Amino acid sequence: MVDLTIDLNGLQLKNPVMTASGTFGYGEEFMDFFDISRLGGVLVKGTTLEHREGNAYPRMAETPRGMLNAVGLQNKGVRYFAEHIYPRIKDYQTNMLVNVSGSTIEDYVQTAEVVNELDKIPGIELNISCPNVKEGGMAFGTSCPSAMAVVEAVRKVYKKHLMVKLSPNVTNIAEIGAAVEGAGADSISLINTLLGMAIDAKSRRPLLSTVTGGLSGAAVKPVALRMVWQVAQAVKVPVVGMGGIMTATDAIEFMLAGASAIQVGTANFIDPCVTAKIVDGLENYCAEQGVEKITDLVGALEL
Amino acid sequence: MKKYIDDFKVVHNERLNHEYVILTLQHPGRLPAMLPGQFVEVRVDNAPHTFLRRPISIHDVDEKTNTMKLLVQEVGEGTRRMGQLQAGDTCNLVYPLGNSFSLPKGKRVLLVGGGCGIAPLLLLGRYLKEQGIAPRFLLGARSKDGLIAMEAFRSLGEVFTTTEDGSEGTKGFVIHHPVMRTDTPEIDQIYTCGPEPMMKVLAKYAAKHGIACQVSLENQMACGFGACLCCVADTRDGHKCTCTDGPVFDSTYLKW
Repeated sequence: MVDLTIDLNGLQLKNPVMTASGTFGYGEEFMDFFDISRLGGVLVKGTTLEHREGNAYPRMAETPRGMLNAVGLQNKGVRYFAEHIYPRIKDYQTNMLVNVSGSTIEDYVQTAEVVNELDKIPGIELNISCPNVKEGGMAFGTSCPSAMAVVEAVRKVYKKHLMVKLSPNVTNIAEIGAAVEGAGADSISLINTLLGMAIDAKSRRPLLSTVTGGLSGAAVKPVALRMVWQVAQAVKVPVVGMGGIMTATDAIEFMLAGASAIQVGTANFIDPCVTAKIVDGLENYCAEQGVEKITDLVGALEL
Repeated sequence: MKKYIDDFKVVHNERLNHEYVILTLQHPGRLPAMLPGQFVEVRVDNAPHTFLRRPISIHDVDEKTNTMKLLVQEVGEGTRRMGQLQAGDTCNLVYPLGNSFSLPKGKRVLLVGGGCGIAPLLLLGRYLKEQGIAPRFLLGARSKDGLIAMEAFRSLGEVFTTTEDGSEGTKGFVIHHPVMRTDTPEIDQIYTCGPEPMMKVLAKYAAKHGIACQVSLENQMACGFGACLCCVADTRDGHKCTCTDGPVFDSTYLKW
């Protein structure tokens, strides 16, 4: 029997497989397909202080081995979440983490304060990396001082597990990782989507209403893997890797690069059962390789 | 309604013309109930440049043989690959997705389709007929070649046609057909699916004449079941997912 459990700096996961925010709804959307209590954790849809309508349609474009999105944090606001959605999802037998976003530091702080009061939410993922909103989001995650400022401010009011999600749209991601660790992050997740663009040559128009959007899917995996490797070497807190994970083998590569846990995003759209298959695949890999504890794989890359 | 993910077996691929095929897919066991207006998300295998599933309307259902039919228009690599599927191949579906057309206000119904948008109207027509409501179809295309699967529609009710070049039926768009060009149309309910400009014209027409109108949208989707929030339509209540709140909307609910 392989031990798949992970201690993510105090957050106990039954296995390293989590779902990425914005690709798994509130978990409910997947209940018909498999038992989500099999997962290590679920990151629910990006949540902001106030209701947001998101960007205009079209918000999606398929690209080679990936997709661009420009949803723009559509959600009903954290108070609606606390009143109407939390009661429905609070008893799921997995870690339900809330992805928190905002336009100002005060937005982040107030949203985190509301989530802090929800007993069965063991942590938040601070999204300082959304490329699809005009204000805030990625702007916070692309310089060390602003990333530190928002993490420090939230750290003061948020008492449970604080994961911080980094943007790949930076020159030196290891620096940003070290900065948010210094500001009090309990773990660091990466990567959010890569800023990209798609054009319809016939109409000479962009395919997204916002012109640019976030690239995800298999296409981004090599970039994500490199960044996870760089950040894992620069920080002591655990790293949660994501970016183009489609299979258990992909997940193992991220763990070898230094990720203690992983998130699966875009793959959920193509195979809604993919995360359950990845849990099975991790167990099989470990059994075949004689790995007793999956934590033995973390950072086990041989150079 | 519970959603499923299963491998179906392709039992038939009927090529209608250079751009349309009808795939008949058989469920490995007992096909669950599916409603008119719902759709499936098809995984396209062996198409290296595609990444996401393809949302396709359910064209017809046969509970006796546990089969469903998909009318596929080949518009890109994914749908072209689907057009090449052969009897005996497997086809992985996430299904059934979306809401459905609802029962009409009044008995005089007109089902208006354009291009590939005729697809869900066949199952709707069958469903209405079973409810004792005689479906009338108004189907439009660019030319005669584009008027496809006509026999199946004729087996259910009266069929009117329009073509832009006049090669069959009334020349012009669906809105130019005599059944619509009257001050007192004998229509209580319009159901429509097709190009958005056509549906917008029909929504306006319906509003003018006090006719109820349900439209089926085909927005771009990534998932098809409410997780990605990509396929939103602009409604009186803000952005709503075409895949879960739709694809069928009352025309007055949309901000058109």
